[in-house]
Amino acid sequence: MLPGVGRVLSCRTEAPDVVTHRIAWDGWEGCAPGQFNMLGLPGLGEVPISVSGGTRTPGEVLHTIRAVGPVSRGLAALKPGAALTMRGPYGRGWPVEAADGAQVTIVAGGLGLAPLRPVIRHFAETARARRVRLVIGARSPADLGFLQDYDDWRGAGIDLALTVDHAPPGWPGRVGVVTDLISAGPGRTVAYVCGPEIMMRVSAMRLQALGVDAGDIFLSLERNMKCGAGLCGHCQLGPVLLCRDGPVLDWARARPLMMVEDL
Amino acid sequence: MPDVRQSGAMGEAFVMDGGGIERLAAHLLAEGRSVVAPVARDGAVVYDAIEDPAEIARGVRIDSRPGHYRMERDGTAWFDHVIGPTPWKRFLHPPRETLYSMTRSDDGIEVEATPLPQASFAFLGVRPCDLAAIGVLDRVMTGGAHPDPRYAARRNGTLIIAVNCRVSAETCFCASMGSGPRADAGYDLALSELGTGAQTRFLIEVGSAAGSALLEALDVAPATEADLAEARWNAAAAADAQTRAIETEGLARDIRAAAEHPHWDEVATRCLNCTNCTMVCPTCFCSTTVEVSDLTGAHAERQQRWDSCFNVGFSHLHGGAVRQSGRARYRQWLTHKLSTWEDQFGELGCTGCGRCIAWCPVGIDITEEAASLRRTEP
Repeated sequence: MLPGVGRVLSCRTEAPDVVTHRIAWDGWEGCAPGQFNMLGLPGLGEVPISVSGGTRTPGEVLHTIRAVGPVSRGLAALKPGAALTMRGPYGRGWPVEAADGAQVTIVAGGLGLAPLRPVIRHFAETARARRVRLVIGARSPADLGFLQDYDDWRGAGIDLALTVDHAPPGWPGRVGVVTDLISAGPGRTVAYVCGPEIMMRVSAMRLQALGVDAGDIFLSLERNMKCGAGLCGHCQLGPVLLCRDGPVLDWARARPLMMVEDL
Repeated sequence: MPDVRQSGAMGEAFVMDGGGIERLAAHLLAEGRSVVAPVARDGAVVYDAIEDPAEIARGVRIDSRPGHYRMERDGTAWFDHVIGPTPWKRFLHPPRETLYSMTRSDDGIEVEATPLPQASFAFLGVRPCDLAAIGVLDRVMTGGAHPDPRYAARRNGTLIIAVNCRVSAETCFCASMGSGPRADAGYDLALSELGTGAQTRFLIEVGSAAGSALLEALDVAPATEADLAEARWNAAAAADAQTRAIETEGLARDIRAAAEHPHWDEVATRCLNCTNCTMVCPTCFCSTTVEVSDLTGAHAERQQRWDSCFNVGFSHLHGGAVRQSGRARYRQWLTHKLSTWEDQFGELGCTGCGRCIAWCPVGIDITEEAASLRRTEP
C-alpha cells in the first residue's frame, strides 16, 4: 500500500468550495467507473476521493474535491505543479453491465455527480439506442458542477433535467427537490444514484415506487476510510466493508442497512 | 525403542519432563528467535520477549472475573495461569508502526518505504482460544485482495508453541465457541502439562515440520496411552469447569435481528466507552492512520495505530460521527464480534478468551449481553 506521487496538471473550480484536479500519476492504469483512490498530503493525511474522470486514460486521472476537512482543504487548495500522494484504485464501482438491454436513470445530488461522471460518459455512448435520463440537483445554481459537460451529454442524446433547492432571482430553471424529477420505464430501468445519504434513500424509495427493482437501483455510500484495502475496519456498515464490498451497493442490500439509525 | 528424533512426524505425540520448557526456550533463544512467553509482571501474566528461560511465569494462578483480575502465587505449575491482558496481536499487528515516510521538497514529494519487519518470533504458551484468534486475524489481515505485507512478514516468521489448558478462569468460555480448551490445529507444537510437582511432564503433539525439528533439542520419549488419556481428561475437566457460554447456533442471525433491541440502551448506561475490550481482544484489528511530522513540516511519517470503534472519531464523516451514541458504538462492537464478522470473513470474531469481561472496568459480560439480546422483551 505504498503510495505513488501524483502531480496536479490543471484545476477547474466547479463550485465555491469544489475543485476538479487533473492529475498526472505514473502508477495510474485506469479503473472501473465508481472506484476511488486514496489521496494524501504529508503531514495532513489521506482521504478517499472518487475518480471523476480518466477511468480509461493511463497516467492521468481526474478527482473532484470538496474542501470540508483538513485533508480535503489541503488537497482542494493545490495548484498546478503541486505534488500529492496517490494510491488505488479501490472498491467496487458502478455495474454498468447491469443496464444491458434496459433504460437508464441517473440521479445526482450535489457532488454526487463526480463519481457518476464516468458512468454518464459510458452511457452517453449508448444513449441513441435507449433512453438515458440524467437528473441533477444542487443546493443553488452556483453549486451545479461540471457545467461544461452538460451540452456534450445533451448532444449525445441524454435526457438531462436540472433542479436546485433554492435560487436567486432571475434563475430560469427549476426549484425543487431532485426526487420530484425522477422517472423510469416503460420497461426495465436500471438506476445509478449518488448524493447525500438522505437524498439517496428518498430517490431509491421513489424509484422503487416507480417499479424499478431494488436489485437494479445502485447507490454509492460513504463511511470513514483509513486504508481503502479492507484492513482498518473504519468503513463498516453492518455486514459490509464499504471499501471492499462497495462503495456501490444495490438498494436490496443497502436498504436494511440505511434504515437502521447510527449504524 | 525407536529413535524418536528421526520419527517426529506430524500428529505424533511425545513426552518430556517439566524442565523441558526451559530447554525449549533456551533452544529457541539460541536459534536467534525473539521468544515471547508468559511473564509474571505488575500483578499480571503478560506476554513479552524473554532473554532467559527463567523469566517464564511459573507457580502463578489467576482469579479472573467480570471487572476483576488478580494474580496469585500458588504451587509450581507452569501453565495453570490461563491468560493475561496481552493479546498476541500486539506482536503480529503492533499498536503503532510506521507505514512509510515522506519528504517534501521544491520538486515534490519523495515517498520512502519502511523496510518489512524481519521478525522471527517463537510464541511460547499460546492458549487454544488465542491460537484460534491468530487464525481469525490471519484471515482478516492476509486473506483478502490486499494482504498486509507487514503482518504477513511477521506471521510467516513465527513459530507457535501452543499450550492446552487444564484450568479455566471464571471468564473463560472457549468450549462454547469451539476453540478450546484443547487446540486441534494451527500450532507447530502443542504442549499439555501433566502431573504436578516433581511428577510434572509435558505431552508434546507435533503440528508441523518446523515443530518436529524442535524435538531434536528436547529430551523426549514417545507418549503412552496413559499420557494421552490424562491430557484429554484434563482438557475435558477445564471445559466442564467453564460457567460461561455463548450458544453459537443461530448466533449471527439472532444478533442481526436484534439491531433495534431495547437492551442496547441498557448496556449503554453501563458502558464507559473506555476501549479496554477492544485493546485486550485478540481479534480486534481496527487501526487508524496518523501523520507524524517534524517541526519544519518537510518530513512526515504515516503511522498506523490501533483504533477502537468505541472512539467517537472512529466513524467520523464530514458533518460529524455516524455513531454518536454509546449505544450505537457498543452495538457496533458486539454485533461485529458475534454477527457481521461472519458476513465479512466467514466466521465469528470471538474465540471465547473472556478478556473483554475481565478487563471491562464495569464488568460488562459479552456472554450475558448476547443472551439478553436474544431474549424478546416482555
